[in-house]
Amino acid sequence: MIPRPKPERFRLRRTMMFMNAQKPGLIKDAYIYGVDSIMLDLEDAVAENQKDAARFSLYHALKTIDYGDTEVIVRINGLDTPHWQEDIRVCVAGGADGIRIAKCESAQDVLTVEKAVEAAEKEFGVEVGRTLLMAALESPKGILNAYEICAASPRMFGVAISGGDFRKCMQTKPTASGIDMVTARGMMLIAARAVGIQCFDTVFTDLDDMEGFINETKQNKEMGFDGKSLINPKQIRPVHEIFAPTEKEVMQAELMVRAFREAAAQGIGVFTVNGKMVDVAFIPGAERTLKLAKACGMYEGDLV
Amino acid sequence: MKNAVGRDIPEFLLKDGREVYQGKNYMDGKYLQKAAPRTRRYEKPQESKLVDSIVDALKQVGAKSGMTFSFHHHLRNGDFVVNMVMQAAIEELGLDNITIAATSLGEAHDPVAQYIEEGKVVGIQTSGIRGKIGEVVSAGKLKTPAIIRSHGGRPRAIEAGEVHIDIAVVAAPTSDCVGNCRGIGGKSNCGSLGYAMTDAKYADHVIVVTDCLVDFPNMPASVEAIDVDAVVVVDSIGNPKKIASAAARISQNPRDLMMAENVAKVIASTPYFKEGFSFQTGVGGPSLAANLFLEKYMDERGIKMGWAIGGICGPMVEMLKKGKVGKVIDVQDFDLDAVNSINQTPGHFEMSASQYANPANKGAFVNKLDFVVLAALEIDTGFNVNVLTGSDGVLRGAPGGHPDTAAGSKCCIIVTPLVRGRMATVCKNVVTVTTPGDCVDVLVTDYGIAVNPLRPDLIKCLDDAGIPHVTIESLQEKAYSLVGTPDDLEWEDKVVAVLEARDGTILDVVRKIKPLKL
Repeated sequence: MIPRPKPERFRLRRTMMFMNAQKPGLIKDAYIYGVDSIMLDLEDAVAENQKDAARFSLYHALKTIDYGDTEVIVRINGLDTPHWQEDIRVCVAGGADGIRIAKCESAQDVLTVEKAVEAAEKEFGVEVGRTLLMAALESPKGILNAYEICAASPRMFGVAISGGDFRKCMQTKPTASGIDMVTARGMMLIAARAVGIQCFDTVFTDLDDMEGFINETKQNKEMGFDGKSLINPKQIRPVHEIFAPTEKEVMQAELMVRAFREAAAQGIGVFTVNGKMVDVAFIPGAERTLKLAKACGMYEGDLV
Repeated sequence: MKNAVGRDIPEFLLKDGREVYQGKNYMDGKYLQKAAPRTRRYEKPQESKLVDSIVDALKQVGAKSGMTFSFHHHLRNGDFVVNMVMQAAIEELGLDNITIAATSLGEAHDPVAQYIEEGKVVGIQTSGIRGKIGEVVSAGKLKTPAIIRSHGGRPRAIEAGEVHIDIAVVAAPTSDCVGNCRGIGGKSNCGSLGYAMTDAKYADHVIVVTDCLVDFPNMPASVEAIDVDAVVVVDSIGNPKKIASAAARISQNPRDLMMAENVAKVIASTPYFKEGFSFQTGVGGPSLAANLFLEKYMDERGIKMGWAIGGICGPMVEMLKKGKVGKVIDVQDFDLDAVNSINQTPGHFEMSASQYANPANKGAFVNKLDFVVLAALEIDTGFNVNVLTGSDGVLRGAPGGHPDTAAGSKCCIIVTPLVRGRMATVCKNVVTVTTPGDCVDVLVTDYGIAVNPLRPDLIKCLDDAGIPHVTIESLQEKAYSLVGTPDDLEWEDKVVAVLEARDGTILDVVRKIKPLKL
């Protein structure tokens, strides 16, 4: 048994790579590619008559493979299927860091899952509250209820839009400009930020169109997403590069955090750095920049 | 006696001046007496050297029992010629006590295994040994230990007279009636004939076997009529589908691509990566894909590759055509793109195996090489590489140019996945040392990069470039933690193969494997 550290609700999640939980060859060492989170899929990637086999594969992977610092999340089957309860028991028993609720449409969906997770935690002797949750919004109703979904549980660390199903509902196709989903993305982002949780964009499925992928990822960053769902390791590096802060941003953040901590030790609340006013409100953002810089290999200091 | 890579070499092999491996460049500066062949004079003008059959050609050159026959491996796994000639010599002429000195042997030559078991073929000297030949030799059925040499070690041994070729058989995609041979223009094209060149120059007799007779003179000739005794035309010298693949494709496997990208990163971090640098890579997944990523770094820095050598395939030809590399010098071709380009695309030249890799000559290309990217079956914590024996101890590989390029290059990078199935690629002790660890500089795996501690300069390059690296021991431990610790192989005393270092010293031996009992 590989003991996994207690999952962190807020951590770096620039990239979440989907992989079929049924394929041992894929999941045995998915962490080598340097992705922030891997998303082991029990839902759409697994054929209806293979759900049980996939759960076995998943359980043994979670129990025997040392994923190290890579977060391990599992996408479970929808609440309208006969699979989700057993999916949750396997995730909790195996010690997954988090569960992604597919096709989430309401706060009640989150609560339903949370109840089953808690029951499984008690059943398998796992610390209650350990297993994190995130929700995938895949329908117009899900988007309209984004705020209540985000706020439904203290286990919730983030919310993601799922482009395939959402576009089907909206009768649209992917566009180069992203206009087909700009409203939904925006509404979801506002809801997530209002509650203070993270927000992730959907997958880009055309693996040969790296230019389109890069453009979409740039837009994601500009809109304020924390990260993106991926389907192939070759998509990892471009996302990490795009989400990396600039050197100037890193230097500024380092100055701010250092100055703030020195000032705070002397009982000073507001001060200036390079002529700009800085107070406590700037610090979480600056610390986030430094964490990101550290993950990108741009910062080696000890402030974060 | 223990050699410089810690292998115990039996004393009985150390006679006639043979020494154990002493470390890189041990023979530097010593003198070599070249061994000249004894050849027949053809003063009286002859219209043609065509003879009716291989048997007739063998008779004409005086083939006898006990002789050494040489072959090249440009027809790779599609070759028909080794089997045809051995059948004629052994079954039709009744010869025995034969030594086969081939530049490489593969599954295409499985029928030879039978002649080994019958005791008709008593010696094998080759770079590659695979398939049934590997199995029967490993089972101890060859009368004398097989001698395994690198591609550079072979021309060295031939020139030094350590192997004397009585009859060289040159399979030729095209030849004219007096034996000017080329690797192109026929129906079984292989491009370069680099491995045949030294053999033809140093053999007492040379027989050309072709399936496409062309008008005289077949120029520019790779093997020249001045060295040829007889020409035989047969229906087919090989299966074109197995001689050269349609086109070597760059892998789409994400693991290969990740390793390839890291190889390129390592290359770009060294001082040798500058305008005019030189490069060789293999055709394996991650080695070939390194081309792709290297090109990106070249574009970024605005530099071009000066020259590339080796076995050549399409992606390198593509770079030549785009002007990203100045010259391609080619000892062997792996795909039709390369076959169709050699001596056709400006800057794409042919070279002999000696010119490519012979460490005893005065200007082998490998000794001018900046970078080489190579694969490995196994690599141990001393950076010794095995590309010859499988995890069961059976001969099933080829040193090829591996030891030559590793020793000659300024930066030798091994790229390999940490494990293959249940086998740990990075291990404590390789089964057989084919490339000594003092010639290997960097290991790139899917689980991390390790630099040979003998190269603190390269460690600094990686550190300065922010490329994370770990110890090779930690990679080996990771591999064993994933797939378990392998049991030691069990051997009998009998030596079945001697592995020569490129300089002719003995690097390792392969013993008869005890049959596996479960």
